[in-house]
Amino acid sequence: MGAYFSEIFRGLQSLAIGLGITFKEFFKPVVTVPYPYETIKMSERFRGHIELIENEDGTPKCVACGMCQRACPSGCISLASKSVKYEVEVKGEMKTKKKKVLTTYDLNFTTCSLCGQCVESCNFDAITFSKEYNLASDRKEDFHFDLLNRLEERNS
Amino acid sequence: MSGPIHIQPGETFILNVGPQHPATHGVLRVKMEMDGEYIVKAETVLGYIHRMHELMGENRTYPQVLPNLSRLDYLGALGYTHGHVLAVERASGIEVPERAEYIRVITVELNRVASHLFWFGAFVMDLGGFTPLMYAIEDREYILDMLEAVTGSRLTYCYYRFGGLYNDIDDEFIDRARAFIPRMRKSLKKYDALVTGNIIFRKRLEGIGPISAEMCRKYGATGPVARGSGINFDVRKNEPYSVYPEFDFDVPVYDECDSLARYYVRMEEMEQSLRIIEQGLDKLPEGPIMPKKKPKLIKPPVGDYYQAVETARGSFGIRIVSDGTKNAYRFKLRSPTYSNMSLFDEACEGMMIMDALALMGSLDLVIPEIDR
Repeated sequence: MGAYFSEIFRGLQSLAIGLGITFKEFFKPVVTVPYPYETIKMSERFRGHIELIENEDGTPKCVACGMCQRACPSGCISLASKSVKYEVEVKGEMKTKKKKVLTTYDLNFTTCSLCGQCVESCNFDAITFSKEYNLASDRKEDFHFDLLNRLEERNS
Repeated sequence: MSGPIHIQPGETFILNVGPQHPATHGVLRVKMEMDGEYIVKAETVLGYIHRMHELMGENRTYPQVLPNLSRLDYLGALGYTHGHVLAVERASGIEVPERAEYIRVITVELNRVASHLFWFGAFVMDLGGFTPLMYAIEDREYILDMLEAVTGSRLTYCYYRFGGLYNDIDDEFIDRARAFIPRMRKSLKKYDALVTGNIIFRKRLEGIGPISAEMCRKYGATGPVARGSGINFDVRKNEPYSVYPEFDFDVPVYDECDSLARYYVRMEEMEQSLRIIEQGLDKLPEGPIMPKKKPKLIKPPVGDYYQAVETARGSFGIRIVSDGTKNAYRFKLRSPTYSNMSLFDEACEGMMIMDALALMGSLDLVIPEIDR
């Protein structure tokens, strides 16, 4: 009989201790952020979707070698290029050379798993992670990013 | 219009437990044959989010599989990637710098604490207490922020590389990790007072949901489930890998075999993980995080390789059969929760349904990892 009552007493005591803890927590500072009105700045290494990096003259650094395309596990990068002839001065002579120029760089963000293998595989530091994370849409097409277009928009 | 269903004495009915919508993340269905509130027979139904990770491992090159491994278990992702990189490193003979190994251990243990914290919150919520989940998530958030600053993402890290790491840690990370240890110890005391002592919590777990050591051996259960049944098995101690032999930590083992024992094991494991992190931060050597010599294309020599690691849920094994090409010939994943869950059918026979749900909570199931 005594054990029965002491158990009831200890049980009530344990509940009171728990309530004491929750009461103390009540006066602690708020840790959450009222999201749409206030956002948290992403850390420097945050891996968002990829963006092209530009040279000083505004053209993309990308040389269209296709390493990112091959490294991507989900096959979400597709790029195209054309070869352009240009003249360069070598030892006082004008010579025509060919180089590849990026014409399209499409990222299908719907299948991207944000692993970062493309950025790592790039030998020219031509792509980086965007810090954008407020991406929401009800249309699939909104996540087919034309990165070359985005670069031009950023420059203009 | 049909009237209420009258069940005759001795008649049983089938109860389906669990969401089945494929878009939700934890889709486990349990078909229970019920006699009133007692379970006569239970059958777990799997495969709702099967994603063929093993087959993907055979179709992709070794580095391309890396992001897949963190999608097995979204709560303790680093442990699984650790297993994969260790297996491939062993297969192709890549040497890992010591600093990288230490950082791997520190981050894996942080991830283990985060995983156990979430389990703690979810488990108490299964039993009807909502508040501890909020406190646990607050502490877990601290770890996630810390790991995000280093790895770049919050859940699916993809941080380890063959031979080393993706990024080095900075002083800010070390300071935050050092500040985290006393904070977490204080929180563990708080959880102890709030939950462990609680009479309702104890009455629902003490002596309920027995899983014997024989049953664990029969189904191959590992991790906290086996250690709560008195089996002293921890891959970190029994088959040491990485730099774990250099750390001083204990493996908590309880003989009670009930749901409360499994709870105790996990709570104590968090303390032990904090000890490992503390020692790791003290011992952290300087140096590179990637080896100087590393093959550009990873092509392990022909052979059969196996590597087991202790993740937050138990022993995770990865078997790679290589035929010398850049893709694996066979990529087999042995996931701990698959074995831990398979004993549920036998363990819950004859139990009341709410006790069975408490037992299921104490198994710490992560469904994407079962279905793979």
